[in-house]
Amino acid sequence: MQEHAIVVIGGGPAGMAAAVAAYDRGVTDVVILDREAHLGGILQQCIHNGFGLHKLGQELTGPEYASVYEEMVASRGIQVYHETMVTGLTAERIVTAQNRQGILKIKAQAVILAMGCRERSRGALNIYGNRPAGIYSAGTAQKLINCQGYMVGKQVVILGSGDIGLIMARRMSLEGAKVEAVCELMPYSGGLTRNIVQCLEDFDIPLYLRTTVVQIHGDKRVQGVTVAQVDENRNVIETTKLYIPCDTLLLSVGLIPENELTRGAGIPIDPITGGAMVDERCETAVPGIFACGNVLQVHDLVDYVSEEAERAGAAAAETVLSQSVCREVLATKAGFGVRYVLPQRIHKDGDVSLFLRVTQPFGKVRLTVTAGEKVLASVKRIKAAPGEMEKITLKADALAQATDTVTVSLEEIK
Amino acid sequence: MKKEMICIICPHGCQIELTQEGNALSVKGNACPRGAEYAKSELLDPRRTLTATVRVSNRKDTMVSVKTEHPIPKSQMMNIMKRLRDVHVNAPIAIGDILLPDVWGTKVIATQRVD
Repeated sequence: MQEHAIVVIGGGPAGMAAAVAAYDRGVTDVVILDREAHLGGILQQCIHNGFGLHKLGQELTGPEYASVYEEMVASRGIQVYHETMVTGLTAERIVTAQNRQGILKIKAQAVILAMGCRERSRGALNIYGNRPAGIYSAGTAQKLINCQGYMVGKQVVILGSGDIGLIMARRMSLEGAKVEAVCELMPYSGGLTRNIVQCLEDFDIPLYLRTTVVQIHGDKRVQGVTVAQVDENRNVIETTKLYIPCDTLLLSVGLIPENELTRGAGIPIDPITGGAMVDERCETAVPGIFACGNVLQVHDLVDYVSEEAERAGAAAAETVLSQSVCREVLATKAGFGVRYVLPQRIHKDGDVSLFLRVTQPFGKVRLTVTAGEKVLASVKRIKAAPGEMEKITLKADALAQATDTVTVSLEEIK
Repeated sequence: MKKEMICIICPHGCQIELTQEGNALSVKGNACPRGAEYAKSELLDPRRTLTATVRVSNRKDTMVSVKTEHPIPKSQMMNIMKRLRDVHVNAPIAIGDILLPDVWGTKVIATQRVD
């Protein structure tokens, strides 16, 4: 069995930033295990621009953003195992992986989980119809088109208006396909406003809200879909059924953090985020195992993935250097209008940032952080939407007063 | 002439109404001056950074991602896509390699390294 100070599982934006941060904090024995031949993860297929505005102060494409971190990994001499699939992880931090050379076992002092997420597939949706060719998850279609140069269809309907669905509507249009419609079950789009403008309106693609696909037609290849509106209980309104001819259906219906290894190590998972329960240092309930990026919570901006990963990397390094001390722990909780709060537990030590998503779109709101009767922080937002993650920083002196569960709740204001 | 648009500069997403009378432009609904700037450029000269892919001739099933170095007129996106279809490159390719030297005053460059 090999031994390394820190093992990072996954070489996407989270894994790279975590490895670099750990190295820079003074732990040079860091290895990255990645299943792909090139670092970068999902960024390599996200060829559109808009990455890096917050973190790097410039607007980059996905592959360019990845290359910035790839360069940081390379210049530090951080060891990367490419085309290496991690198959097991234990609470004692023994990582099992395999690649062309065989099976690899590594005992680590700290492990950073950065496996990202995968797409929800057709099977989760219960759409009636056959199983013809031409049904893709949006990210799969993105990889086929952008990385392998294989055009997936000519006449397209997209179900789900998350950012990947919107980006693919534009991408397919640019490559000459006709995108007939983007359908969204919810009364609002889960994507960023700028993507609705630049991906749909620029190409005159209609967005049908409160609408879903109820049937897929076609035997060998998709020939069309039936869409229908839904009522407030999400039941199909039969009279609104509409047949749209198409040869391709793209599904952009949600992302699922890929936590099989996490569960295997017995790490508790938050049912709302789908990721591990962590403290403000991204440490899971199992000491020495940290989680960051989309495997922890699905992010909307890669910039925030990098920031979160840097916290995880630095914390993992501190664990290896035995700098962490036990402090008082408080639980966090989502109150009214808030879907989840991450981290799920925090230590009373220094400033702590809370990340959260609201339950539905709101206008002007006030987000208040309380502990019992005490108000720890309060911020106003001109607008809040589930598609845009909120961040509230608790100052150390405010946090010091807290003795109770830290709750974030929302109220609408005029 | 009147035009309605959603500002995409910040998350607020102001609903902006733009009115053009002769040479005079008036903007309504924007919460800040950046919205007015955005609305005017959207009306007079809407531009986008175009991103696409180009086939790598000497590698199997491999594309290289590309972009226009600066935003190009929105109306030219499909024309440039058409021109890119005839571009073939050979690896190795570095980020920043020029694939089309002149498209509407800017260049199409590689955004991905292919060894």
